[in-house]
Amino acid sequence: MSTATQAGFSLLASLPALQVVVPMVAAPICTFLRFRNGPWAFALLVSAAVFWISVMLLQQVLTHGVISYEMGGWAPPIGIEYRIDEINAFVLMIVSGISLVSLPYALRSVEREVPRDKHHLFYAGWLLCLCGLLGITITGDAFNIFVFLEISSLATYMLMASGRDPRALTAAFQYLVLGTLGATFILIGVGLLYIMTGTLNIADMADRLGPVSDTTSVRAAAAFLIAGIALKFALFPAHFWLPNGYAYSPSAVAVFLSATATKVSIYVLLRFEFTVFGEVAAFQDLHFARLLLPFAVLAFLIGSMVAIFQTDLKRLLAWSSVAQIGYIVVGIGLGSSDGLTGGIVHIFNHALTKAALFMAAGAMFLRIGSTRIDNLAGVGKIMPWTTLAFVLAGLSLIGVPTTAGFVSKWYLVLAALQHGNAGYFLAALILFSSILAVIYVWRVVEVAYFREPAGDATVREAPLSMLVPLWLLTLACFYFGLETQYSVDIARVAAESLLGIAR
Amino acid sequence: MIEHLVPRVLAKLLIPFILLFGLYVQFHGDFGPGGGFQAGVIFAAGIILYALIYGLDQARGVISPGLVSVLVALGLLIYAGVGVATLLLGGEFLNYGVLDSHDPVHGQHLGILIIEFGVGMTVAAVMITIFYQFAGRLKITRELESDDDDEDEQADDHADGPVADARGPR
Repeated sequence: MSTATQAGFSLLASLPALQVVVPMVAAPICTFLRFRNGPWAFALLVSAAVFWISVMLLQQVLTHGVISYEMGGWAPPIGIEYRIDEINAFVLMIVSGISLVSLPYALRSVEREVPRDKHHLFYAGWLLCLCGLLGITITGDAFNIFVFLEISSLATYMLMASGRDPRALTAAFQYLVLGTLGATFILIGVGLLYIMTGTLNIADMADRLGPVSDTTSVRAAAAFLIAGIALKFALFPAHFWLPNGYAYSPSAVAVFLSATATKVSIYVLLRFEFTVFGEVAAFQDLHFARLLLPFAVLAFLIGSMVAIFQTDLKRLLAWSSVAQIGYIVVGIGLGSSDGLTGGIVHIFNHALTKAALFMAAGAMFLRIGSTRIDNLAGVGKIMPWTTLAFVLAGLSLIGVPTTAGFVSKWYLVLAALQHGNAGYFLAALILFSSILAVIYVWRVVEVAYFREPAGDATVREAPLSMLVPLWLLTLACFYFGLETQYSVDIARVAAESLLGIAR
Repeated sequence: MIEHLVPRVLAKLLIPFILLFGLYVQFHGDFGPGGGFQAGVIFAAGIILYALIYGLDQARGVISPGLVSVLVALGLLIYAGVGVATLLLGGEFLNYGVLDSHDPVHGQHLGILIIEFGVGMTVAAVMITIFYQFAGRLKITRELESDDDDEDEQADDHADGPVADARGPR
């Protein structure tokens, strides 16, 4: 990234553009790299650069405040503005960080699960997906969000279907139909807001929404946006695409998507809920994320219960994702500082945890050739390191103290307890759902450790290129469970800046 | 395919004008209605018409699938490359004004022209790819069917392309 400084070019000032442009330029270049492992190495290099940019951006935001970048030199609100504050800098870092960690892992997994002649397209799709996710997060323009949403979604459909499992095709098609529906709803919502306010810039939209806020059009816009975004992050009744999508896509894709795609959509929800509608008096009484609370509660209850009865490890993890998304939305729905902090920090913690778990599942798939729980008998003896990492990350999923999962649940329960009797009930439900998580993690532990291996002596421990990222994330689950300075503090700053606008 | 004389002659007459009109829409886009998306679709329509009339194999001979997949990526690279150039020249991403150090307006013209060319290239190439994929699919299915029946093999030799073949001689 040490581009020679030419007249007028400032790397530091160009970082917001480069964050999206680097993967965007890299994707087409990637399609030209046909030699062995070339696309992978290139994608890894690009991902490292992108992660470095996001870290620099977060640092800048924390020291100097909000960064605004005018695309094409057109001043906002006319032009497209890239606007980076604490919350999206945080999400940018999660997305690019997960991509960087999962790419070394992807090497062996993709070799096995994706046909060799499609590798350059696979990694180009990966980079496009990364570009789209970062674009959604970084932009301050409502229509631009939709554009990048389409980029990331189209890349996602491709990535999901790129494996050898024919069931992935139907799963990807299912997601294509529902995802397109969601994107269309978002577009209708943005369109209605544009008609009513005459602007697409999010900050400007929030300023202009006041006088027209009490109209049917704006309420319809809010409804369309919520429904569309909820489809994209698979909130309970709209979650049907997720279990199949994650279970049948190549393992590396499941790792990447489970930790980033839904999280970015939740960020979009936060953006509209707090930055756009938060300022409007008519919506403060309604506080429409609160409408999502019942669905969020159903999500974590039903998600956890269904996960218990899954016969396939990847599907189990996918259903548990449905549940975990429920927790995040509970935090957002409570709307208090603690709740929002819990929700945002759970975006981060769950990204770590679920990525680690999917990595372990993918490593087992690489060696055993199946993720059916029955076929994993005795895997704890033949793949001790992978299984141990799975168990430890599983503890974080349950929310055992000293793990990252505990930190986020702590804040969620604290936030719930502030709401009187209903809050006590909610806190009890959160704890109950954690017990359900114990059951489904235990099911895997039991099969892995307390049953004899099936007798296939050729199965060995996962390769080092998979174990290192897996353990990195697993240890991160514990690091961020003990040292909350980076995760919780940044989440709190982000939550307060969101609520500050809302106040 | 002497049976399809009228469409063949008409297509031969039309295709050059379709391609020319595509280029007109492309490069006149900054003065009149037009631009890369429309131009790309029109240009691709010319190629697709050629493939419909003369057969997929012939069309693949003219514009090979390998070339098309290169063009898809190249168009995007041209687009993003202009943006990177403006960054390096000290402007914001896609701020065409800096492309010409003397006259920003001229830089704007230049920038949008190159950008739209990239867009047109990618759109045309994607359209052609989609057509090739769908049309090629029909060929694969027919080959699978003809594997069951050896008598069909000779008939396949006459076929210029999947679509013409599907209609059969009149």
